[in-house]
Amino acid sequence: MLESLPQNSNLQDPDVQSALVQITTSARWRKDSLYVTLFLGPSLLLLSVFVFWPMIKTLYLSLFLTDNLGHASVFVGLSNYVNLFKDPAYLSSLGATLLYVIAVSVLTIVLGMLLAVAAQQHLQGIRFFRTIFSSTMGISVSVAAIFWLFAFNPSVGVFAQISQVLHLPEINWLADPHFALLAVIITTVWMNLGFTFLILFGALQQLPSSLFEAAKIAGVNKTTQFFKISLPLISPTLFFVLVVTLIDAFKSFGLIDLMTVGGPNNATNLLVYRVYQDAFLNGNYGLASTESVILTVIIAIITLLQFKLLGKRVNY
Amino acid sequence: MTITLNQLSKTYEESAQPVLKEVSVQINDGEFFVIVGPSGCGKSTLLRMIAGLTSISDGKLTINGKLANQVPPKDRALSMVFQSYALFPFMTVAENVGFGLKSRKLPSSEINHRVDDALAMVNLSDLRDRKPKELSGGQRQRVALARAIASEAKICLMDEPLSNLDAQLRAKMRIELKQLQRNLGLTVIYVTHDQVEAMTMADRVMVLNDQRVQQIDTPINLYQRPNNAFVAQFFGTPQINLLKANVAERELVIDSALHLPMTKTQINNSKVLVGIRPADVRIQIGSRGANARVATVSYLGNQSVITAVLNDSQTIRIVADSQLQIAADDLIKIIGVEDFHIFDINSQKLIGSQKGDVSDARVAATEF
Repeated sequence: MLESLPQNSNLQDPDVQSALVQITTSARWRKDSLYVTLFLGPSLLLLSVFVFWPMIKTLYLSLFLTDNLGHASVFVGLSNYVNLFKDPAYLSSLGATLLYVIAVSVLTIVLGMLLAVAAQQHLQGIRFFRTIFSSTMGISVSVAAIFWLFAFNPSVGVFAQISQVLHLPEINWLADPHFALLAVIITTVWMNLGFTFLILFGALQQLPSSLFEAAKIAGVNKTTQFFKISLPLISPTLFFVLVVTLIDAFKSFGLIDLMTVGGPNNATNLLVYRVYQDAFLNGNYGLASTESVILTVIIAIITLLQFKLLGKRVNY
Repeated sequence: MTITLNQLSKTYEESAQPVLKEVSVQINDGEFFVIVGPSGCGKSTLLRMIAGLTSISDGKLTINGKLANQVPPKDRALSMVFQSYALFPFMTVAENVGFGLKSRKLPSSEINHRVDDALAMVNLSDLRDRKPKELSGGQRQRVALARAIASEAKICLMDEPLSNLDAQLRAKMRIELKQLQRNLGLTVIYVTHDQVEAMTMADRVMVLNDQRVQQIDTPINLYQRPNNAFVAQFFGTPQINLLKANVAERELVIDSALHLPMTKTQINNSKVLVGIRPADVRIQIGSRGANARVATVSYLGNQSVITAVLNDSQTIRIVADSQLQIAADDLIKIIGVEDFHIFDINSQKLIGSQKGDVSDARVAATEF
């Protein structure tokens, strides 16, 4: 660039200087944008094809009635949304989903924490239990579903056997609308425990022992040590686990499909499963798109709320 | 508050090898007692046994006349300052200092009063609302001290509390700690690997090595009357010279270059170790009658440390006036030795010490 300037030009001249600055910055910008394109290009391409385009298409379809092939046929504006919120079946789905998400998150974190604290104790053979506690991480949804289908089976299942021995009323777990959701919650929590346990246990193990020794000498009891030292120190991890578990719970699909198929009487027909049913079984892509958009908005709002409300209390 | 250790031993369950063997001592009320030794000698383990953080395998621990082996840490009426400070990162300075008091269910006015006093004592009143991460290393150290002070325990255990500080701050904190201890009348048990800390702060020092007590004594006695070669080597910079010597009639012969006349000590061994402090060696420069060759000269300002090789290749460290014009490869003559200690060559135990100038040391000239 500098060569193109006249040899006799005065480099002290402010006009010449500002021209020089412009030339060099635009050259740098051109060079930088090449790198930016090179680095971001591949992921932008992949995200566009598999995330951004489907997102936009879903938003678009949610405003239309669609034909059997999923093509938009009649523009209906927001009436898909309005109709959904008037539909008692959808509202009960929404309620069941919220119940499921809250129960799964709370139970997963409380039980995971209990297991993590238990695994911290210096006991004989504790290593074996640490492995067992984290083992559900390596189990696939289908295997878990089959295992629990057997456990809940009204004639040969473990629960049936126990209630028979104890002379308790017989419960047909997966066929009874009152218990089906509970059964799915139990299975999901069991599936989640391995991961949650491992993360929380790792966080607890990392805490410096001198803090607890100092507390011990000061006469702080074990319970206070846990609530006043351990919990604040692992709060970032706890927050992470909560966000992940919550989002995961909203997205539950596999277990429902394998265990209850949304039944009985829609008791376990959670939002994601309803989307699947409306789109691929009923062929109503417009409605399914609307449901997807609503679910996305719900997850976004709850995650934002979590960061707003809890983020401040987390000690990083 | 006196603390008595009676034949205290520690063996961890996993290993047969003990980490501490039969440690006995009585620590007096108001004493600044330092436990010193190289890494792995068991000094921290001993402190943790006194604190109740590590169980006692054998022996008796008595605190103020009461057997304390099974007493939980909180009931031993002591406080502890950790090397890592052990501050709670999410609490302010004041909360950190008052944390232990809250769980003792003291009234909040009493807690505030104690926290204020303790913070004032370590000059941290202005920083009471800061979090530990906003403090410097020295300030964090003071918070840990304030926490110990606020507990009002009369015994304070310190596990290498100054080792994370830089050299200048450490020197300053040594003096402050010592003053604090005296003003509050604390009984302090202080663990360190630093001989300077031990010497400058202690009323008495316990030297640990190889899982055993080597000597328990005042800093002066440790320096002047070491029980064995290890203790002699541990204290004093530069290190004491330990030279192999042959025992002749009424004299010790080192490398046939240096003859030290013995006045009193009777020795049955034919070979011994002679310990000579570098500052106790006097030299003359010049090749006439020389008995050593200079290997290195380290200039330290007011003095120089010279290492010189005697003719049978034993090396001797000498502290000399830094005005002395001397360089590597110069020939020197060792003309006198002030004090020296004689140690058994096998057991390393002290056989005898000789005080006073032996300037009439007959010195053999060496051919270089």
